[in-house]
Amino acid sequence: MSADPTVDAETTGAADAAESAAGGGDGSEALPDTALSFGDAPLLSAADVAVSFGDLDVVSGVDLRVEPGSLVGLVGPNGAGKTTVLRAVTGAVEPDAGTVRLGGDPASSLSAREVGRRVASVPQTTNLSFDFRVRHVVEMGRTPHLGRFDAHGTEDDAAVDAAMAAADVERFADRSITEVSGGERQRVLLARALAQAAPLLLLDEPTASLDVHHAVETLELVREFVDGGDRGAIAAIHDLDAAARYCDEVVVIANGGVQAAGPPESVLSASAVGAAFDAEAFVGRNPATGTPAVTAFPESDADPRSVHVIGSGRSGARVVARLAAAGHEPSVGVVPEGDTAAGAAADAGATAVTAPPFEDPSPEALAAARDLAADADATLVVAADGDVAPTANGPNAEVAAAADRVVPVADDVDDAELLDAVAAASGAEPAE
Amino acid sequence: MRPWARSAAWSAAIAALLAVVVVVSAAIGPVRIPPETVVKSVLNALAVPSGIEASASGVGPLPVPGVGPLTLPGVDLAFASPFAFPVDSVHQRIVVGVRLPRILLAALVGFALAAAGTVMQGFFRNPMADPSIIGVSSGAAVGAVAFIVFPAALSATVALPLVGPVEVALSRGAGTSLFAFVGALVAAFGVYAIATRNGRTPVATLLLAGVAVQTFLGAVVSYLQLQAGESLRQIVAWLMGHLSGAAWSEVAVTAAVVPPLFLLLLAYARDLNVLLLGEEEARGLGIAVERTKRVLLAASALVTAAGVAFAGVIGFVGLIVPHMLRLVVGPDHRTLLPTAALAGGTFLVAADTVARSAAAEYPVGIITAAVGAPFFVYLLVTREVTEL
Repeated sequence: MSADPTVDAETTGAADAAESAAGGGDGSEALPDTALSFGDAPLLSAADVAVSFGDLDVVSGVDLRVEPGSLVGLVGPNGAGKTTVLRAVTGAVEPDAGTVRLGGDPASSLSAREVGRRVASVPQTTNLSFDFRVRHVVEMGRTPHLGRFDAHGTEDDAAVDAAMAAADVERFADRSITEVSGGERQRVLLARALAQAAPLLLLDEPTASLDVHHAVETLELVREFVDGGDRGAIAAIHDLDAAARYCDEVVVIANGGVQAAGPPESVLSASAVGAAFDAEAFVGRNPATGTPAVTAFPESDADPRSVHVIGSGRSGARVVARLAAAGHEPSVGVVPEGDTAAGAAADAGATAVTAPPFEDPSPEALAAARDLAADADATLVVAADGDVAPTANGPNAEVAAAADRVVPVADDVDDAELLDAVAAASGAEPAE
Repeated sequence: MRPWARSAAWSAAIAALLAVVVVVSAAIGPVRIPPETVVKSVLNALAVPSGIEASASGVGPLPVPGVGPLTLPGVDLAFASPFAFPVDSVHQRIVVGVRLPRILLAALVGFALAAAGTVMQGFFRNPMADPSIIGVSSGAAVGAVAFIVFPAALSATVALPLVGPVEVALSRGAGTSLFAFVGALVAAFGVYAIATRNGRTPVATLLLAGVAVQTFLGAVVSYLQLQAGESLRQIVAWLMGHLSGAAWSEVAVTAAVVPPLFLLLLAYARDLNVLLLGEEEARGLGIAVERTKRVLLAASALVTAAGVAFAGVIGFVGLIVPHMLRLVVGPDHRTLLPTAALAGGTFLVAADTVARSAAAEYPVGIITAAVGAPFFVYLLVTREVTEL
């Protein structure tokens, strides 16, 4: 069921689709069959949903849509209401306003059993303290398919077996649920939801207590679940990088509502993440997956300045990223084309002056860099190899010479020193 | 093994144990009777329907409006005893007339309390839950004690439709039982009503409402005891639980109430398993949580009320027996519920045998508590209680 977790940059989705196609035609041979299908109707559509607990409005105006074949990620800070939104979908909390439709029908019109056939939930944890066997817990997933006096049939057994194999819990099927670890427990809950064989899977922090291997396996499994085409999933995910990597759509829940929604590439911008999480963020690229990688920093309250950076490689990139996250307007150059610092500048939407590698920069490039340095509130010279007092040399000496305020920084400068140096050079009081 | 097959196998084993304990118990007493004589006496007393014949009297005359008095032809079932072992008639009378009703009442009451206790522990996801937790026992106590102290309405004339005025007389014992039964249900309904808001009944609120109501009713019972005077001894005996003087009519009433409700509870065994996951998860798995809770509460309140109505408050059976069986057969209610119920019956028959064999007869509640509490301590000390 699994792809190599480090597989192929850029084309994760496509690779999965191809793998699924190669694996079993519909990509679901290892997963329990889902009997229900709603044609083109969205598996879930929520319109203008509001939930409050007493006087406390948790969320309002929430619109959500999960189409067959898509995985929607809910991201947002703690307490923003991701879990509440998921609970409103299952009917565990009643929305004050708005409607939730499952497979086209209003959820409030469906019986508990019918909801159980349409949505399978993976809670963050379970408070089951009686010592049921793991297999028995997975079998409970079949509850919505069984009448009061029905015994488990072969179909139920097949679904349970397939779900346990897919979630990798067979090894401890006969252990007590009270004796397995938190991560194993979470996979048991995933297996139970798969055994439920509903077309919509709803996951609340499915990877919160999983090790890195099982976290990836779990998300790959969810991907496989939805890639069959008829099924979909919605997951509250803390890990923004994982959301970017696996989700078709990301919905940012913050400040009492939906802050942004859309494909991860467009939603996970530094400004959106910063606004949602009250943090300074830099959104770069994960070099292994090619998907957005979000790095958050503590708030620095820096006055925005334009800062030109002379430095290349990882240290140059790091300075550019940190300055951009703090709200400064960085530029960088001259650096070789394809340099990491140029990449970081591109991710931050900043200007990078580049020259073809192994060649001297053209006069135009040098002029452009000189102008940037001259206009900047401060120009940082990043040490190439750990010099205490770095100086620009080579062609960039010319760029440094054009600047009014040159500040040398070591390549291992810490974040606070870096921001203080910018503040001091540009004539403001150092930030505390 | 399939869950229900496993359940049937375990239940058969414990039912066999119950049968053995019943026979041994019937053999023990001031007059020692050999076990085989017990079995023969029981078989002699068996009557099976052998045919239907026209009744001599018929039913009526009934005053049917517009038609006048009408006498319906009646039918009688003819019974025949298939066995006729030669047994000492005194032994026969002791076994069937005296010991068996008491033993069977003990079995039914133990069965009822253990079944209700199992359901309550699962329902509350709390190992300290027992059948009295929703106020049933204290409600029964108030009803019974009130009737003992103020035996006002021993007889009444009730106007029934069709039949006309009927003189209904309650014997002292039947009145106590009726009042206990009604008191139990009123208390349980009161607890439920207090804990229910907007159609939802959170179990934590239910638990606390149960504690509050129990405390209050305990005060009422204490007050009534102060007013009791002469009948105090009778009250104390009822409160401690007793099975002496059990009659076949009591066995019949209990047998009519308990087994059908038990089957209802058993039908919800799988739902009970899923409820152990917590209500939200149970809802996600397609359980209509609030309706299921109402059914479970009502059925176990009725079962418990039927149990305590005739026998008084018998502690620890509903608490201890489900624990013991959970250790033996595991937490799956499909097996746990029937085995715990049968084991509860077995335990109470055994405890009552001890109670009536002593020089002076003790209330059986003393025996169950005296045996049950140390056993519970043993469980606490030796087992990981976290798993319960």
